[in-house]
Amino acid sequence: MALFQISEPGQTPAPHEHRYAVGIDLGTTNSLVACVRSGVAETLPDGQGRHLLPSVVRYRAEGGPIVGHDAMAVAHEDPLNTIASVKRLMGRGIEDVRKLGQALPYEFSRGDSAMPRIRTVAGDQSPVAVSAEILKTLKLRATESLGAEIGDAVITVPAYFDDAQRQATKDAARLAGLNVLRLLSEPTAAAVAYGLDKNPQGIYAIYDLGGGTFDISLLRLNRGVFEVMATAGDSALGGDDMDHAIAEWIMREAGIKDDAGHRQMRRLLRDARAAKEILTGAERATLRIQRDNNGIWEGVLTRTHLNTLIDPLIDRTLPPCKRVLRDASIRANEVDGVVLVGGATRMPRVREQVSRFFGREPLADIDPDKVVAIGAALQADILIGNKRDAEMLLLDVIPLSLGLEIMGGMVEKIIPRNTTIPVAKAQDFTTFKDGQTALLIHVMQGERELVSDCRSLARFELRGIPPMVAGAARIRVSFQIDADGLLSVSAKELTTGAESSVVVKPSYGLTDNEIEHMLRDSIAHAREDEEARQLRERQIDADRLIEAVQRALAADGALLDTQERAEIDRHLDGLIAAREENDAARIKQAIKALDSATQTFAARRMDANIRRALTGHKLEEFGAPGSKSTP
Amino acid sequence: MHPAPGKNHFELFGLPVAFDIDTDELAVRYRALQRRVHPDKFANASDQDRRLSLQMTALINEGFHTLKDPVRRGRYLLSLRGIDLGDETDTTMDPAFLLEQMELREELEEVRQADNPHKQLAELANRIEQRLQDKIGQFRRAFAATTPDGTGKARNAVREMQFLEKMRREIDNLEEELL
Repeated sequence: MALFQISEPGQTPAPHEHRYAVGIDLGTTNSLVACVRSGVAETLPDGQGRHLLPSVVRYRAEGGPIVGHDAMAVAHEDPLNTIASVKRLMGRGIEDVRKLGQALPYEFSRGDSAMPRIRTVAGDQSPVAVSAEILKTLKLRATESLGAEIGDAVITVPAYFDDAQRQATKDAARLAGLNVLRLLSEPTAAAVAYGLDKNPQGIYAIYDLGGGTFDISLLRLNRGVFEVMATAGDSALGGDDMDHAIAEWIMREAGIKDDAGHRQMRRLLRDARAAKEILTGAERATLRIQRDNNGIWEGVLTRTHLNTLIDPLIDRTLPPCKRVLRDASIRANEVDGVVLVGGATRMPRVREQVSRFFGREPLADIDPDKVVAIGAALQADILIGNKRDAEMLLLDVIPLSLGLEIMGGMVEKIIPRNTTIPVAKAQDFTTFKDGQTALLIHVMQGERELVSDCRSLARFELRGIPPMVAGAARIRVSFQIDADGLLSVSAKELTTGAESSVVVKPSYGLTDNEIEHMLRDSIAHAREDEEARQLRERQIDADRLIEAVQRALAADGALLDTQERAEIDRHLDGLIAAREENDAARIKQAIKALDSATQTFAARRMDANIRRALTGHKLEEFGAPGSKSTP
Repeated sequence: MHPAPGKNHFELFGLPVAFDIDTDELAVRYRALQRRVHPDKFANASDQDRRLSLQMTALINEGFHTLKDPVRRGRYLLSLRGIDLGDETDTTMDPAFLLEQMELREELEEVRQADNPHKQLAELANRIEQRLQDKIGQFRRAFAATTPDGTGKARNAVREMQFLEKMRREIDNLEEELL
């Protein structure tokens, strides 16, 4: 008699297959995508072997947008429709944009939210949508060179990016069809690329001088755990300023007047950049400059002279360096390593000055343009589950304090800056008028005491407070910030239980509706059916959940008794069956059922994890108090 | 469902409920817990697990933040004895202490006009630090006696520590201003 083998669902999950997840450096000037293949992290080139994708998007009246080199090449012919440096606009309001003013030739209009939109021949474009085009291009590049559909990514953001800027970045990823495994701070990614996590401990400075921005961050590493200690910078300082300094010198030498035409200026900047690059390897560069109406000028720029031109710019990076050391309360000689990031750090003079400041040779083995993307790819590989036993953990902090507006236009801080995230905090407030039934909650960000000096993140209203005398109601406002630095706020009146909660869509962000619309529009372009999209999304959700529950059962099934196990198995089978039926609504229902059936199991697993984490420390638990005390 | 129901911060880290704790050991346990429960460890997990991980990690961060600092630790210990310093109506303080605070504050104001403000500021910071250490000692002794009188004295010590901390923050701010 033949015996059938019956394996319990979840008992023998398929061996983990290798999945690809990419790391993306979404930069102000250039963007890159990288991936771990055969254990090695590398950036992926386009069809022509170019790794850097200029962060430039050109919109056209007909046909889709053009991204990268081709867009940059025609920027001067079509300046209003060619968007560069869009990162500076992410999560920013129209007022902030006005302050940026000079650098932005675009025309702006206002959308439903306070987010600025750029007028183009292809309609008004939000910074989020422009960034999404860059991400789509990188996603496509990865899909083509890896030969596999890419859905998951780690995207890097500057350490100082606030909630609004991070939210905007995550929204852009969603529009581009990418699931964000984690928003990772750029300096942390650079440290990971150098494998600094392999050291037992240390303090590292990440010096990042890009095309248009300078950032300096201090990181502390302790047994695989990285923490951002302090961060500072200058958002208007970079390699482009050096090009300008060289171009101005050429103009003086060649007798070119300040009112030179656009074409002349562009040629000058191109020649200046070429000379700068030559002088990275050589001691002198010969220049041949085509003057508009005065023939050709020839001259020589030596590295020594170049240094005198750029020293004032490099000097401007030093005060922020001093500032982070002060914020972290350490001296320059306590820094265990300096990592260079950004194209401008290739210049020998920059390396010299950084070495002098920190009293040590900086790390520069990895291409400074690629180092952030490579670190992001390494982290993506771990998060997608390809390196189960990875010890590395990257902790982030919030760069700016969060608070609420209180009486008199003052801000009450709830979560101070540099707090490690995720974090949750609650604070009680009360009404100030008799019979007050609603309360406006205004979430602020910044270090100052006055509302007018801080940035408004969001406003929402708690209604349904029972009329009471002033000061009698107890309103508890809870803040929660997740590991990506994104904030949600809820408010509850404690005597009645009236509740109001929002995922804070920052004042300058897109609303969920807007994103949903944009997704629908972009799908209309691809002539894909809305229903088909919903079904596919649900199926992906179902697959994720099935796999996750099976993995959990395989690892911790012992925490359940037979009856509990049978209940979970029943709902698991239910979801597996629903998934095959091509009915989005049924899948959704089955996901919900399985989710609630595993609630107790999840809590028990978490407790088990905590017990495991603390085993090996048990002895000291009962040690004499004060045996090794601290003040 | 809330993870780790009913555990106080000390229990969460498996440490004895006491003012004198080994903060190095606390940091070791903090990292061990983070490595098990941080959301990055659940990037592929169900929403359920991710929510729990987020809540749990926030709780661990809060606990670590509270326990590693002696002033916050003292305040928290008092709250475990049912004394909430944020909720008090009785805010009378020792007149001698208040007088001393006013003098320190005046000194801080005078630093701005000083010939060598950095040096003066550093000296002032040192003195505040010294006073803070004294108060921590006072708290330790008072809290060890579990009598109402001991608890009352411990409460006063924490309130005075908070004053000194505020002063320390103002020194920091001024230092930044002078930079």
